[in-house]
Amino acid sequence: MINKIAPSIEAALAGVKDGSTVMIGGFGTAGIPNELIDGLIAQGAKDLVIVNNNAGNADTGLAALLKAGRVRKIICSFPRQADSHVFDELYRSGKLELELVPQGNLAERIRAAGAGVGAFFSPTGYGTDLAKGKETREINGKHYVLEMPIYGDVALIRAEKGDRWGNLFYRKAARNFGPVMATAARLTVATVHEVVELGALDPESVVTPGIFVSKIVRIDRVATEAGGFKKAA
Amino acid sequence: MSYQKRSKEQLAQRVAQDIHDGAYVNLGIGMPTLVANHLPAGIEVILHSENGILGMGPAPAAGQEDYDLINAGKQPVTMLAGGAYFHHADSFAMMRGGHLDICVLGAFQVSATGDLANWHTGEKDAIPAVGGAMDLAIGAKQTWVMMDLLTKKGESKVVAQCSYPITGIACVKRIYSELATLECTPNGLKLIDTVEGLTHAELEKMLGLPIAAA
Repeated sequence: MINKIAPSIEAALAGVKDGSTVMIGGFGTAGIPNELIDGLIAQGAKDLVIVNNNAGNADTGLAALLKAGRVRKIICSFPRQADSHVFDELYRSGKLELELVPQGNLAERIRAAGAGVGAFFSPTGYGTDLAKGKETREINGKHYVLEMPIYGDVALIRAEKGDRWGNLFYRKAARNFGPVMATAARLTVATVHEVVELGALDPESVVTPGIFVSKIVRIDRVATEAGGFKKAA
Repeated sequence: MSYQKRSKEQLAQRVAQDIHDGAYVNLGIGMPTLVANHLPAGIEVILHSENGILGMGPAPAAGQEDYDLINAGKQPVTMLAGGAYFHHADSFAMMRGGHLDICVLGAFQVSATGDLANWHTGEKDAIPAVGGAMDLAIGAKQTWVMMDLLTKKGESKVVAQCSYPITGIACVKRIYSELATLECTPNGLKLIDTVEGLTHAELEKMLGLPIAAA
């Protein structure tokens, strides 16, 4: 019998090794798997490469992981935020390597890894500082930059509902990077607010088929704030 | 002759006036978001947000915020009937694949031939951040810039060649500003309009660049 439901975050993250590339979903307040990030801090893996759209806010979540000195490098599109002081300090003091990637190239490089594409030519960034040193090619009169896949050892994502086969259903714009990251990592762990019986998710509305998911952990909803399910970080 | 600058709201209105019925539009963070408030009555425009939304609606009423439903600037928004959610790779496929009709962005500088600089001031100690700027710049069928023509020091932000690091090459089609609307072409600037009282010659002098007549 297939049962991808893990009894706890601790159990789901047991296999994360030092030196892993860890993809973390989320954009702004939506879709950040905070409980899994806290679990990763407790789990202890170090020398990590983190793939996320941002580089942490305030002193919790990803910022806390950075502060704990567990991250060697971060691959992201937008590290600078009003409250990214943990990242800012580590980056400025040379303790954290940054690979800055245009957001669409970030998503597509993750997608390419999951889809078995060896590399691809993207028009984004051509002629800019972010394409320096990269192979370029003119195809049908348009200029492109060769972009390599980003493979994950681990993906940590947040979904809304899941079943024991690993099928996932997301909520609103919290979907963001979750579906592509799920495809690109060898160990994909998703939190869900509801575990449902097989068949309860309409096969037409399964967004991430269970083949891409290794473990699911059910977590409580964060206290409702102003009609939303999460308070802004 | 004397002339009056367009206010931010008037500028947003000027941009909105050129958006056609049925357009798929991405409005960049900052001033471009104001355009949504001035879309002409009677037309349907579908707003795209890079984090996976088509059919984005206005900000929710106080108390109705849902933090799973935010825009690229991380502010709560609403969804219109007929809207759709999708993942990040699909969202940027909509840009890169040329499916969006219009993208409106802010800028530090734009060159006469449409090079855009809007992601980095080039200062050595600045923390770089690019987000979706480079994808947006080159992806839409038309990229429009909305900005003031002059810096606070009175220097032109429309230049022969960008001194700031560029976001994209020859990607800007139009510049909407407080004083004039300009087209960027492979041969340089072309005038679309100026505010009342500002002459073509005065504008050329202000920018220090030749501008072809409308």
